[in-house]
Amino acid sequence: MNRNTDLKTATVSQIQTNLARLKIISNKFINNLKKGENFELRTELNSEYRERRKEAVRRVIANMTIGKDVSGLFTDVLKNMQTDDLEIKKLIYLYLMSYAKVKPDLVILAVNTFVKDSEDKNPLLRALAIRTMGCLQVVEILDYIIDPLRRCLYDKDAYVRKTSAVCTAKVYELSEEAAIEYGLIDAVKSMVADKNTLVVANAVASLREMNEIAKNRNNSDLVWILDETTVTHMLSIINECFEWGQIAILEALVDYTPSSEKSAIYICKSVFPRLQHANCSVVLTSIRLLLTYQKFITNSEILEQVNKKIVPSLISLLSSAPEIQYAVLRSISLVLQQHPNLLSKQIRMFFLKYNDPEYIKFEKIELLVHLCDETSLEALLSELSEYSKEIDPSVSRRSIRAIERIAMRFKDHAERCLDAIIDLIALKNVETIQESAISVSRLSRSFQDLANGKISSSIIPTLCENYTLLESDPNAKASLITMAGECANVSPQIVFDLFSELEPQFLNEEESVQLAIVHASVIFFLRNPELSQTLVLRIIEKATEKCPNMDVRDVACMYWRLLSGDPNSAKQVVLSQKPRILTDSAKLSNTLLADFMNHLGCVSSILQLPPSKFLKSAESWNKSLTNTNQDLNSIDDQKSSANNEEYLANHSSKFSNKFDGDNLDEEPELLISL
Amino acid sequence: MASAVFILDNKGKPLIARDYKGDIPMSSIDHFLVILQEKAEQEGSAPPVLTHNGVVYLYLQEKDIYLVAISKRDTNTITILQFLQKLSNVFTSYFKNLEEESIRDNFVIIYELLDEMMDYGIPQFTETKILQEYITQESHVLEIQQRPPTAATNVVSWRPDGLFYRKNEVFLDIVESINMLISPNGTVLSGEILGAIKMKVYLSGMPELRLGLNDKAMFEKNGRESKGKAIEMEDVRFHQCVRLNKFEKDRTIMFIPPDGDFDLMTYRLGIQINPLIVCESVVETHRGRMEFMIKAKAQFKQRSTANNVEITVPVPEDADSPKFKCTIGSVSYAPEINSFIWKIKQFQGSKEGLLRAHFGFPSIRDDLPTKRLPISVKFDIPYFTTSGIQVRYLKIVEKSGYQALPWVRYITKNGEYQIRMPEPLQLTNASRLPKI
Repeated sequence: MNRNTDLKTATVSQIQTNLARLKIISNKFINNLKKGENFELRTELNSEYRERRKEAVRRVIANMTIGKDVSGLFTDVLKNMQTDDLEIKKLIYLYLMSYAKVKPDLVILAVNTFVKDSEDKNPLLRALAIRTMGCLQVVEILDYIIDPLRRCLYDKDAYVRKTSAVCTAKVYELSEEAAIEYGLIDAVKSMVADKNTLVVANAVASLREMNEIAKNRNNSDLVWILDETTVTHMLSIINECFEWGQIAILEALVDYTPSSEKSAIYICKSVFPRLQHANCSVVLTSIRLLLTYQKFITNSEILEQVNKKIVPSLISLLSSAPEIQYAVLRSISLVLQQHPNLLSKQIRMFFLKYNDPEYIKFEKIELLVHLCDETSLEALLSELSEYSKEIDPSVSRRSIRAIERIAMRFKDHAERCLDAIIDLIALKNVETIQESAISVSRLSRSFQDLANGKISSSIIPTLCENYTLLESDPNAKASLITMAGECANVSPQIVFDLFSELEPQFLNEEESVQLAIVHASVIFFLRNPELSQTLVLRIIEKATEKCPNMDVRDVACMYWRLLSGDPNSAKQVVLSQKPRILTDSAKLSNTLLADFMNHLGCVSSILQLPPSKFLKSAESWNKSLTNTNQDLNSIDDQKSSANNEEYLANHSSKFSNKFDGDNLDEEPELLISL
Repeated sequence: MASAVFILDNKGKPLIARDYKGDIPMSSIDHFLVILQEKAEQEGSAPPVLTHNGVVYLYLQEKDIYLVAISKRDTNTITILQFLQKLSNVFTSYFKNLEEESIRDNFVIIYELLDEMMDYGIPQFTETKILQEYITQESHVLEIQQRPPTAATNVVSWRPDGLFYRKNEVFLDIVESINMLISPNGTVLSGEILGAIKMKVYLSGMPELRLGLNDKAMFEKNGRESKGKAIEMEDVRFHQCVRLNKFEKDRTIMFIPPDGDFDLMTYRLGIQINPLIVCESVVETHRGRMEFMIKAKAQFKQRSTANNVEITVPVPEDADSPKFKCTIGSVSYAPEINSFIWKIKQFQGSKEGLLRAHFGFPSIRDDLPTKRLPISVKFDIPYFTTSGIQVRYLKIVEKSGYQALPWVRYITKNGEYQIRMPEPLQLTNASRLPKI
C-alpha cells in the first residue's frame, strides 16, 4: 500500500518535472516565434562586423519594401547611421523618411548626424542630408533644419544649392512663418538669378510650389510674383536649362500677365524655339503659353504666325508614346473648340492605326468627326466604314455613331452617310447591324425625306428580315420598333409581321423595348386601323394588365384612354411632328473653356472637368490623412460615395460632351439605377 | 507634381514605392487596379489618366509591371507621363529588362535612382548618362569619393568634363521609318515619314558640332540657291543639347553633344510619298477553304535593295492545312499569330514576287469572317532615304584642335506599314486562281 503511494508520488513528481521541462521548451519556442525575424535583425544590426551590419540594413529595407513593419528596429537602425558607406547611409535615410511620422520623438536622435553630414566636405552628402531632412515632414525637425538649410542655400556647389532650393518649399509647407522669418524664401528668390541654370530651374519650381501651397491655404499671400526683369532673365537662360526646368519656367510664364502687347509678343517669339524640343511636355506647355497669350495680342499677323507654328508641333506630338498621345489628343479637342479650323488640313493624321490602343482610337474618332469638312467628308466616310468592320465592337460602334454625327453636321450629305450605313447593314454582322439600327433610327427623326424614302423602302425591311441579329441589344430592337412605327411609308404588311412576332414575347422584353412596342403599335394602329386592330388591342391589354413595370403600364393606360376617346384628337396627339434630336449643341461655356486652355495638358483639361469635380478640398484631405488607418468599412463607404461622384461626373461629362446625342435613350435607365 | 511614385506588379501589388510629399495616404494605391479594371469594363479601355476619391492616378504599363504616379492636384499630366517614361528608360538601361524580377533584385539601386530623379515631386536629373556617373551598381565605399555629377556644375548639364578618346569619331545614322496605310487597290490612305538622326559620339573634351543638312528653309533663310535637291522638313524636334534659339534664327544646328548614343533630332514629313512596297492581293473563299494570291512589288529604284522583307498576312483563326508556293523568298505558317509570313531576304528594286496560298477550314461555315486585319510589311533599305535628306557637312571644333572622323549612314525602314485586305470573293464554283 505504502509502496503504492510511494510509486504514485514518484510518478506524479516525475510527471511534474516533465511538464516543467515541456513548458520551458514550449516557452522557448513561443519566444522564438515572437522574436522572429526582427529579433534576428536586431542582433545583426548590433553586430561587431561591418559587413553583417550592412547586410542587416539591406534586409531591413527589403522587408520595408514588401510592406513588413520594421519600425520596431528604429533605434538599432539609427546606431548604424554614423558610417562612411554611402549606400548604407542612403538606405538608413530612406528608413528614416518612412518611419519618421510614426516615431517623431526618436527622429531627434538622428538630428546630429544630419547636421554633421550637411557640413561634410562631399557636396553629394551635404545635399543628401538636406534633402532627407526636408522629407521627414515632422514639426520636430524644424528647429534643427533652419541653420543647415540657410548655410546650404549659399553653398558653393550648385548641386547643393539646387537641392536646398527645393528643400525650402518643404520647410514652407511645415511652417510658413519659419520660412519667411529666417529669410529662406528671399534666398530662393535671389537664386532665380543664379549663374547655374539647374539652380534657377529648381528655384522657379520651388517658388511655384510654395505659391501653390499658399493658394491652397487661402489665407496666405502668394510667395512669388513675377516681374519683368525676372521674365527677361528667365527667357535668356531657358535654352541652357534642362528639360524639366524649361517646363517650370514656361508654366510660370503662362500665369504671368505681360505689361504690354509688345512684351507679350516678345515672350511668344522667345518661346517659338521651344516648339522644337524633344520633350513632349516642353512642347505642349509652349503651345499652352502661345495660346493663352493670344488674348494679349491684337496684331493679326503675329496671331497667324503663332497658329502656323503650333500646327506642326501638335501633329508631331502624335508620334509619341500612346499615353502621351492620349493627353495630346484630349488637348487638341480643346484647342479645336477655340480654333475650329486649325487642323482641318491635317485630318489624315488622325486616321486610326490598326494597333493604336482603344482609348486612342476613341479619341481619334471624336476628333475625326470634329475635323471633318466638305472636302474630307468622302475620304472620312470610307475610313469610318472600314473601322466599323474592326474586330473590336466598341470601336466599330463608335465609328457608326460617328457616321451618324457627320450626317447631322453636314445635312446636305446626310444621304451619302446613310448609304454608307446601308452598306454596313448588308454585311450582316451582329455589332454593326445593331449600332446601325440605332443610328438610322435617330437619323430618321432628323431627316423626314430620308425616313420616307430609303429608310422606309429598304432599311426597315432589311432590318426586319434580320431581326434575330438585333435580338441581343434592347436598344437596337427598340430603335427598329420605333422606326417601324414612325415611318409612314413602310409597307404595312412588314410592320404587321414584326408586331405579330413581338406580341407573344411582349412580357419577356426589356422595359425600353416594351415602351417602344406600345408607342409604335399605337401609331401603326392609327394609320392602319383595319389591319392591326386586334393585334394592337392584344398588345395594349398585355401592357395594361399583365406587365409588372409601372412605367409601361402608365403609358399603355394613357394610350388606352386616348384611343377610347375621339380618334381624330388621338391622331393629332400621336401623329404630330416630333422635335428633332439635337446634337452638336452643348459646347463648353467660354469661361470653362478658357480655364481648360490655361491648364492645357493638366488633369482638369484632360478630363474636361473642373478640378472641384475630381479633387478634394484641403479640409477633407486633412480628415482622411489623420485617420490613415481606416478600417475596411470606411474604405467601402468612401468607395461607394466616390462611385456616386464618379457616376455623376461621368454623366456631367457626357452632357458637356458636345457630340453626344444618346442621352435620350439613357435617361430611363438613369431613373431606375438611382 | 507627383506626390508619390509606385512600381506595381500586374496584380496591382506595390513592388517598390517612393513617397515624395507625404500628402496622400500610400494606401490609395490599393484601389488602383480596381479603378483601372472598372474603367476598362465601362468604356472598353482605360486611359492613362484616372481619378478616384480625390486622387489622380497617372500610369504607364510596361510588360508585367505598372509605373504609377499619384497626385492630389490639377497637375501637368504630360510632364508626369513623360517623367514616368524617362524612369522606365533609365531602369531599362540600368537593368536591361524592366520587369518584376529585375525590380525585386535591384531594390537598393531603384531607391537611389528614385531619390535622385525626383525631389518633392519635382523632376530632377533623368538622363542615364549623368545618373551613371554617381549611382553605380557596385557598392561604393567613400574611399572612392562619390561626387555630384560634373554636369551639375557645368555649362551644359548633359556632358561630363574631361572625356578622352584616343580615336575621335562620330557616327551619324539617319533612319527614316515609313508609316503608311494603303487601300486594297493600292492608293495611299495616309502616309508619313518619321525620321531620326541617331548619333554615337566618341569625342574628347567639349567639342562644338555643326550639322548641315539640305534643308530648304535654311537655304531660303540665307538667300542661297541649293545645288541639289533640298527638302522641306515639317516638324523638327531636337535633343536638349541643340541651341534652339540659333536654329530658330538661321536654321543652323549647333550643339555640344552628350557622350555616347543619343537621338539628335527627329523630323516628320507628311508629303505625298509613293509606297515602297505594295501588295496586290486576291482572296477567295469557298466552302471549307480559302485561297490567296499576293503580288508584292518593290517600287523603289533598281539600284536599291530591301533587306529582310517580311510580309505578314492574317488568316482566320481556325484555318489549317496550309499549302504555299512562291516565286521568291519563303513562306511559313505562324498559327500563334493567325497569320502566314512571307520572308524575302533580299528584294531588289522594281522586282516583283508572287505568292499562292491555300488554307482549309475544319468546319464548313456559312458566315464569312467580315472582320479583316491588314497585311503588315517589315523591311529595311540601306543607303536610301525616302525624303532625300542629306548630310552636307558635320563640323567638329574643339579647342585642342584634334581631327575627328564623321561617318554617315542612311537607312529606310518600315514604321506602321499596312496594306488593307480586299473584300474576299465568295465563290461556289472552282477557283480562278492558278493551281498550287
